[in-house]
Amino acid sequence: MPVKVRIPTPLRSLTGGKDSVAVAAKTVRDVIEALERSHQGIKGRLCEESGQIRGFVNFFVNDEDVRFLNNLETPVKDGDEISIIPAIAGGVIACGDY
Amino acid sequence: MTPLRDDQYDRYARQIQLPEVGGRGQERLLRSRVLVVGAGGLGSPALLYLAAAGVGTLAIADGDRVERSNLGRQVIHDDGSIGRGKAEAAAERVRALNPDVSVEVLPRLEGAALRGAVARFNATLEGSDSVETKFAVNDAALAAGKPAVIGGIHRWEGQVMVVRPGGGACYRCLFETPPAPAALESCEQAGLLGPVAGVVGSLQAVECLKLLLGLEVPAGRLVCYDAAKGTFREVEVRPRPGCPCGAARSAQRAVSASPIEDWGE
Repeated sequence: MPVKVRIPTPLRSLTGGKDSVAVAAKTVRDVIEALERSHQGIKGRLCEESGQIRGFVNFFVNDEDVRFLNNLETPVKDGDEISIIPAIAGGVIACGDY
Repeated sequence: MTPLRDDQYDRYARQIQLPEVGGRGQERLLRSRVLVVGAGGLGSPALLYLAAAGVGTLAIADGDRVERSNLGRQVIHDDGSIGRGKAEAAAERVRALNPDVSVEVLPRLEGAALRGAVARFNATLEGSDSVETKFAVNDAALAAGKPAVIGGIHRWEGQVMVVRPGGGACYRCLFETPPAPAALESCEQAGLLGPVAGVVGSLQAVECLKLLLGLEVPAGRLVCYDAAKGTFREVEVRPRPGCPCGAARSAQRAVSASPIEDWGE
């Protein structure tokens, strides 16, 4: 079941410049794991070592913040659109950019 | 209330023609006081537009000096400003642009100084290069009961969020905690196309002027600009339960957004 993940510009260096990536997933956790399999290193930008989503990174499923749904266990389905929105400042980004 | 002079009707004619502004709105702008945190990529266009619009008092807080490498995006500064304090150089440009504007030069603000400054102004426009400062301005504005317009840029990405006390989610509802400094990378390394800063700083100036005019400003919403694709996107931010701003509690009590304070009327 492909879902579309919108990649913020600072992370596009990890996706070969692609602004969206289609992955097969049933939950947000699956989405992150699938992204990591196809674009190694991206998970470390998005998640703490514990696996939780970093406090300054937001995941939206169809414009709904996953923190108000079921966080990593939020279900996703075919055709859903996932957005990743990190905090950014005049030149810095909260999820790193190497 | 001081009536507008003829030269002011002339200078601000185009915006006075807008029914949402009018002579009364212009008088209101001339009585308004705005704190601009950062006179860099975002602060440059924001200051120029706020000054051109006749915001009566602008305070510019920045402790850095102008470097040649800033000039590609920090358009309030020029070649002759290299080595000068950014706040001082920006203040000089603002005075030259519009003598109606009183300018205050402030150092880089932190802690109690930041909170005190935010409380002294009608609104704060945050355009610093520090995520921590965005959190600090957010918190200070909410504590003081004042609105803030927070902006951020990185490479091809821009973000703007208006924070209003009692008016929906705040920056901390969206991004819970500032990242560790080690997770950050500076603009110098990251690269940026100058006009991306211009777009975001100008958006901030628009929202700030609307706040000052008492026009409707949707708070608790993040506007994202993807300059690579040339698209805008807005994300509704929900008040986060447990956020110190208490917007979630207020929302439960169905408290509507309080209008911006009416100053001097």
